[in-house]
Amino acid sequence: MTTLNSKIPEGPISEKWSNHKAEIKVVSPANKRKLEVIVIGTGLAGASAAASLSELGYNVKAFCYQDSPRRAHSIAAQGGINAAKNYQNDNDSVYRLFYDTIKGGDYRSREANVHRLAEVSPNIIDQCVAQGVPFAREYGGLLSNRSFGGVLVSRTFYARGQTGQQLLLGAYSALNRQIAEGGVKMYTRHEMIDLVTIEGKARGIIARDLVTGEIKRFGAHAVVIASGGYGNVFFLSTNAMGSNASASWVCYKKGAFFANPCYAQIHPTCIPVHGSQQSKLTLMSESLRNDGRVWAPKNLEDAEKLRKGIIGPNDISDDDRDFYLERRYPSYGNLVPRDVASRAAKERCDAGFGVNSEGKAVYLDFKYAIERLGKGTIEKRYGNLFQMYEKITDTDPYKEPMQIYPAIHYTMGGTWVDYNLMTTIPGLYAIGEANFSDHGANRLGASALMQGLADGYFVLPYTIGDYLAGEIMVPKIDTNKPEFIEAEKAVITRLNTLFNIKGKTPVDHFHKKLGQIMWDYVGMARNAEGLTHAIKEIQALRAEFYTDLLVPGELKNVNPELEKAGRVADFIELGELFARDALNRNESCGGHFREESSTDEGEAKRDDENFAYVAAWEFKGVDTEPALHKEALTFETIHLTQRSYK
Amino acid sequence: MADKILNKIYVKVWRQNNPTSKGKFETYSLENISQGNSFLEMMDILNDQLIQAGKDPVAFDHDCREGICGSCSLYINGHAHGPDTMVTTCQLHMRKFNEGQTITIEPWRVGAFPVIKDVMVDRTAFEKIQQAGGFISVNTGGVPDGNTLPISQDDAEEAMDAAACIGCGACAATCKNSSAMLFLAAKVSQFAKLPQGQVEAKRRAKSMYAKMDELGFGGCSNTGACELACPKSISISHIARLNREYLKAKISD
Repeated sequence: MTTLNSKIPEGPISEKWSNHKAEIKVVSPANKRKLEVIVIGTGLAGASAAASLSELGYNVKAFCYQDSPRRAHSIAAQGGINAAKNYQNDNDSVYRLFYDTIKGGDYRSREANVHRLAEVSPNIIDQCVAQGVPFAREYGGLLSNRSFGGVLVSRTFYARGQTGQQLLLGAYSALNRQIAEGGVKMYTRHEMIDLVTIEGKARGIIARDLVTGEIKRFGAHAVVIASGGYGNVFFLSTNAMGSNASASWVCYKKGAFFANPCYAQIHPTCIPVHGSQQSKLTLMSESLRNDGRVWAPKNLEDAEKLRKGIIGPNDISDDDRDFYLERRYPSYGNLVPRDVASRAAKERCDAGFGVNSEGKAVYLDFKYAIERLGKGTIEKRYGNLFQMYEKITDTDPYKEPMQIYPAIHYTMGGTWVDYNLMTTIPGLYAIGEANFSDHGANRLGASALMQGLADGYFVLPYTIGDYLAGEIMVPKIDTNKPEFIEAEKAVITRLNTLFNIKGKTPVDHFHKKLGQIMWDYVGMARNAEGLTHAIKEIQALRAEFYTDLLVPGELKNVNPELEKAGRVADFIELGELFARDALNRNESCGGHFREESSTDEGEAKRDDENFAYVAAWEFKGVDTEPALHKEALTFETIHLTQRSYK
Repeated sequence: MADKILNKIYVKVWRQNNPTSKGKFETYSLENISQGNSFLEMMDILNDQLIQAGKDPVAFDHDCREGICGSCSLYINGHAHGPDTMVTTCQLHMRKFNEGQTITIEPWRVGAFPVIKDVMVDRTAFEKIQQAGGFISVNTGGVPDGNTLPISQDDAEEAMDAAACIGCGACAATCKNSSAMLFLAAKVSQFAKLPQGQVEAKRRAKSMYAKMDELGFGGCSNTGACELACPKSISISHIARLNREYLKAKISD
């Protein structure tokens, strides 16, 4: 059995990374040229890793399911990226960013990883500026900052409401340069379907060409998973339609442990669900909470009238508005972390104060900011978000407050990795949202971009050398080895199975059913009874899926339904593990709220005595319960306290 | 505000099984479509109907469904991304359509973007233009502090206006010459406004321009149709800046 060795370096927290870098092995330029690395996914983590590894001299094969690496879902991140630059002279520091992230994550992340993240954060900004990323600037020409939730300083760098787009285009440009120079071979419209291991080490992948349907083998000395999170297990989320967990899931089934699957982030400010045919949810950036005030009506009668459309929000006087975040959390106010803001919105709506026809929305109001700063300033800061809101809802947010409600946004859990970002399979790495290590049970706003780029630009290119230094004598991987042939055969069998069920129900119906189970029982509030029920329901859904699925089209052609079928098959299995993990963790922390574990005021109550560990699950078979491995979380630097934003 | 229901609409869509087969329009009818649905949600409903009727669903590109990834690419009733302004197809809503209307859906019609299947096209040509010089040649690490070079707010904002391009291809699809000038201009102009972009400015303008020509995109005749079709309203003034950059580069040859 594999034992969990997180390989955290010795020494004081602020010296661990430096010490580690001094100790790990380095591959010579001549040997780098002989080594191949596969990178799955081209978001911030994947694109930055692929470009940086190629610059170092490795031969990289990069894969994305989209028609261009630029379309990975990092592109949709809006608000910004954190970095401990202290440009604002507001007493920010590496330590403060480290502390805020640990606290924001509700003391469920690994100290050493988070400190390293804070240490490299300033370099990211420098790198992006050098690439020509047009960050917002002050009149004097220097970089501008804004605030985000869960912190008391301004350390978020931004490019309007399109920061993810600009950072990704920066990484994409670096990637393009390497593609042009031949260091990266780019495979667009290709999806990884299986991982190939030889003698226990990751040696390649099996991929499907999404245009021709051809199944292909690719070999490498190491494989890097940068394929993002699993938020789409809920069907409705802010993730892209194609965002999926299949690359991570096949690695799990080949022996890579999956950690903390129950940590999913529910973002408080999304456009509420309308009707039953909705395909995805749209986020309104957290940055809006810098200037928008969140409220619900004070009186139930007003809420009732709003739901019926008898009155509008502007008919309610300031005195009759309940700015419940400012009321409950005076020191952080509207800028409390996402998990806290989401639960508070749910609490108001559950108590009958919801404002849309479904009773599942609260207001985010810019009236006060417009009065204070003028419409022009607000337009400059958030113009594209306001336009997006108006196009979707047909309501002008300059005149009427936005309606918002929490939605699934990001997953903190993911493939278990050690300090080197290597999984429990030697030679297999996981970076960005795909891994679990940095955000604990709740991610702070503007920290996903920071982590993706930290892993890809400044961590993996160092740590992967430590492993590859031992592989320099291994010749180019032969994809005609039996392991590749067997893996390819298994993939073809699997696709044929899905294709030949020929039931009556298209895949989206199963995905929606899964999402509904997840949202109802494994969503914002969870309890043992509901979770047990969810596990049974998901198992029943899996059986139904394999008897009634209908995949149309051809195997050897463009076939989006076949692609979705494979992804949903994996989501169904992942959903079950998610619920199991939530059931096991009988405490509330961050985004994971167990009703059995809350304070008298309804705040999340952690149980450090019993749950200060990472839950890493080992696959034992689809119909067998997974094995739980625990990585104890030790806090050498920060004292554990009950998180408070009051 | 409750959304109205369209009792019946017709969708006339381009069907083509693969790049080499002959395509044709097929018309399908749809019932009870909420005007609150997005256009692509309507397409989802159409596909669900087709699958359940034992037919092949319509293949189309889409991903983020919030107007930023640039995947979606439909030509709807004669307009790239449909009748609304400043939106991508995924942000277009059914409230822009009327009861009983026939909605015609075509792929991007650009020689350099061959059809893959139905209304899904191959935009690899855009990738090649970017690979020809759409970058600043800096490796990871060893760069100066982000505040070393002040950049005026106006320049940063103008660079951002250009950088907002999502690479969807609406400009080329709308242009009567199938020109990719607005796409190319967006990248060249972004870097032209930033000090970091100056070092390789000449090489970049020439190389990207030459690649665009080589790939078979047409020339620009300044009709401005691309700007109108652009979901991000990227101004053709960036094309003027591209031309200046190109001219500067050529003169110094």
